[in-house]
Amino acid sequence: MKLYLKIWRQKDAKSKGAMVDYTLDGVEEDMSFLEMLDILNEDLIAKGEEPVEFDHDCREGICGTCSLMINGRPHGPDSLITACQLHMRSFNDGDEIVIEPWRAKAFPVIKDLITDRSAFDRIQQAGGYISVNTSGRPVDANAIPIEKEHADDSFNAATCIGCGACVAACKNASAMLFTSAKVSQFALLPQGQVEAAERVQNMVRQMDLEGFGNCTNTGACEVECPKGISLENIARMNREYLSATLKG
Amino acid sequence: MGILNSKVPSGPLADKWTKHKNEIDLVNPANKRNIDIIVVGTGLAGGSAAATLAELGYNVKTFCYQDSPRRAHSIAAQGGVNAAKNYQGDGDSVYRLFYDTIKGGDYRSREANVYRLAEVSTNIIDQCVAQGVPFAREYGGLLDNRSFGGVLVSRTFYAKGQTGQQLLLGAYAAMNRQIQRGKIKSYTRHEMLDLVLVDGKARGIIARNLVTGEIERHSAHAVVIASGGYGNLFYLSTYCMGANVMAAWRTHKKGAFFANPCYTQIHPTCIPVSGDHQSKLTLMSESLRNDGRIWVPKKLEDAQAIREGRLKPTELAEEDRDYYLERRYPAFGNLVPRDVASRAAKERCDAGFGVNKTGEAVYLDFDSAIMRYGREKAMTSGMKDPDDKTIRELGEKIVEAKYGNLFQMYEKIVDENPYKTPMKIYPAVHYTMGGLWVDYNLQTTIPGCYAAGEANFSDHGANRLGASALMQGLADGYFVLPYTIGDYLSDDIRTGPIPTDSPEFDAAENDVRERIKKLMSGSGIHTVDYYHKKLGKIMWNKCGMSRNAKELEEAMEEIAALRKDFWENVKVPGTPDSKNQELEKAGRVADFLELGELFAKDALHRNESCGGHFREEYQTEEGEALRDDENFKYVAAWEYAGEPKDAKLHKEDLEYENIKVKTRSYK
Repeated sequence: MKLYLKIWRQKDAKSKGAMVDYTLDGVEEDMSFLEMLDILNEDLIAKGEEPVEFDHDCREGICGTCSLMINGRPHGPDSLITACQLHMRSFNDGDEIVIEPWRAKAFPVIKDLITDRSAFDRIQQAGGYISVNTSGRPVDANAIPIEKEHADDSFNAATCIGCGACVAACKNASAMLFTSAKVSQFALLPQGQVEAAERVQNMVRQMDLEGFGNCTNTGACEVECPKGISLENIARMNREYLSATLKG
Repeated sequence: MGILNSKVPSGPLADKWTKHKNEIDLVNPANKRNIDIIVVGTGLAGGSAAATLAELGYNVKTFCYQDSPRRAHSIAAQGGVNAAKNYQGDGDSVYRLFYDTIKGGDYRSREANVYRLAEVSTNIIDQCVAQGVPFAREYGGLLDNRSFGGVLVSRTFYAKGQTGQQLLLGAYAAMNRQIQRGKIKSYTRHEMLDLVLVDGKARGIIARNLVTGEIERHSAHAVVIASGGYGNLFYLSTYCMGANVMAAWRTHKKGAFFANPCYTQIHPTCIPVSGDHQSKLTLMSESLRNDGRIWVPKKLEDAQAIREGRLKPTELAEEDRDYYLERRYPAFGNLVPRDVASRAAKERCDAGFGVNKTGEAVYLDFDSAIMRYGREKAMTSGMKDPDDKTIRELGEKIVEAKYGNLFQMYEKIVDENPYKTPMKIYPAVHYTMGGLWVDYNLQTTIPGCYAAGEANFSDHGANRLGASALMQGLADGYFVLPYTIGDYLSDDIRTGPIPTDSPEFDAAENDVRERIKKLMSGSGIHTVDYYHKKLGKIMWNKCGMSRNAKELEEAMEEIAALRKDFWENVKVPGTPDSKNQELEKAGRVADFLELGELFAKDALHRNESCGGHFREEYQTEEGEALRDDENFKYVAAWEYAGEPKDAKLHKEDLEYENIKVKTRSYK
């Protein structure tokens, strides 16, 4: 199939970017979306132009590196997958496809479609862990029985891949879904209780410092999340935050 | 040819590690504050090592090419992590895990290392649960287990099909805690380009900031290489796109021996190749072999009809199917080790029984599991005489709960529903057992340079068992390296900070700059991917699932020629002083073009078949691997000597004092 691509090109963080048009022929249905971009890049290099830079790594939907806004939707038209799992059979011959980087103040563009998501790392550093020593000798794993339901909910929250689609989908560029998923994972486990109050306060403080917007409960983040992280996590984090604040 | 000293402690096998820990030198907490350690790679091994070393008090710098430590490819490990907990009461023990791993590795790994691995495996689970890793649990609240290939017990702990993700996020969280404390400085989007030696000791690295292109000098008292395996040598593999051998290969070129490069794991259950445009292959977890049955049609004409689309697999009667693993290996059936399962698939496909357009696919069928689970569920729910449709619906729900994300992944890529029609799978490159040679302390042949996780060669012999990579990465990082490195660093308490303005750093930086300049000054005929794909084809066709002397010799020549062509004619656009993904790729492919030749040389010299290394000249009448213990019961550690073909062989003889070396049988 033949495609008409409109791609955001930006030399570096300081330069101004612009949409550039490309026509690409010979795209096959079995190709993944990123393989389509590989072919475009091979063409561009052959023509002596600079290839389009985009973040990607595992290409199986788990590392969270790929981060493309495709026709206005994070990770493209399909649901519950990342851009690297999107295949060209979701498009038709003659389609126009608009490809942009994540758009959020807290995710500045590095080059072309690549953004800086280190804000997510800093939120995790502020408290996304349980303070146990790794070289110590903790108790036997089965000495802490955990209700299956809680363990499963905790796991579901923990499947967040940190891609940033939630932020990109949100009109306020809020990071509530991301932050609440991490808070929830620990809040649902007995091991996480000891530091629960401190954790939620520190992570929320860092989230605000990074310049993410506020949550107005539109739920776009949940719709676009490739791992189906639930809005319930935001409710849980709000509850945790409130109770932590009241406790002082 | 020299003899390598593995520094395995004396004494009975079960006491070696405890004895060693009691005897080695320690660094006191105040002195640790004056010692710097560089960790390259932030996957399970690097991440867990960095966190633990920082917690002990050392100043740690971590480096990863990804934009966050959490994205290292350990994240993609699906199935699980082994530990000899014996929670299922099925007769498991440290000894049994040790035995299974040695046997699984086809008697080509070091006894003492493997025993230690089995010994600390139980700590891993305790540690991870304490960190809040959400493992799968039973309704009683206790941890659940499943079974993996090559073993007869259930010792694998898991978190659905995302075990690697959950374990890595645990190690990343432990790192974050130390980053917040200021004990780890994390350098992301950075790539190690060279190792710096001062007075013969590893004292730092040269790294490139991948955003700005800046070349940076970083010094330390010790360097840990935890940069993973080199399977991307084959171009198509289940590795992530950025996986590379640069850190390990640069270290090798600075004097570290590279061991057993030809031991590569080809995983039996991956989604088959669909076309030339393909950039990467996707694994379908080995855990699926708990419930999936592997088969091809019994008759050639049925296979042909299926390939041509005239016949559907679901239409083929039970008696016309060849469940070849169950037929050939009745004791282990579909759960034979990976090397055995892969070769068996290749054998059937080469004989003309393949089931996709290219003839390179076999079926992985869940139908009987769906019906079995469905009947069980109907029974426990008190249903009387449920019809097949109801049973199937109940069964599908159970299979979905177990493997839902894998089935979804398959459907997205292949566009077929694996609940309704069997999956098509074929072997693909997945892991490399070879790597930097290390002694019992995980130290390479360069003093002060350590290697952990997949980057070293140590524990898996010629074939790795499923769910053992996560175990080894975390064992090395959390429980082994933090102890053993102290023994070396105890001599460095008075050294003080290592300066980066020494002639050694000057020379290393200069070399790196020259290399980049050279990469960017090719005549510009072909792209980097062109060379990478060509190399991959040579590797897959001549150094893949089965090898022979003639083709290995050809491979060595072809790779050398391709390397020459690459350096003359590669095209790298853009500039070196900015973000430049093509330049990053070029540097990595340049190293693969050297390693590939050494790989073929190693495979050529090993005149036997063992584990993942199958030489056509050395097989039994039934087509099973034929080892030669008399002549090849050793680790082949190669010393760099200019061109890869000139590498010098050093041997570490493997001694088995606690296990009787036998022919590996899964029949």
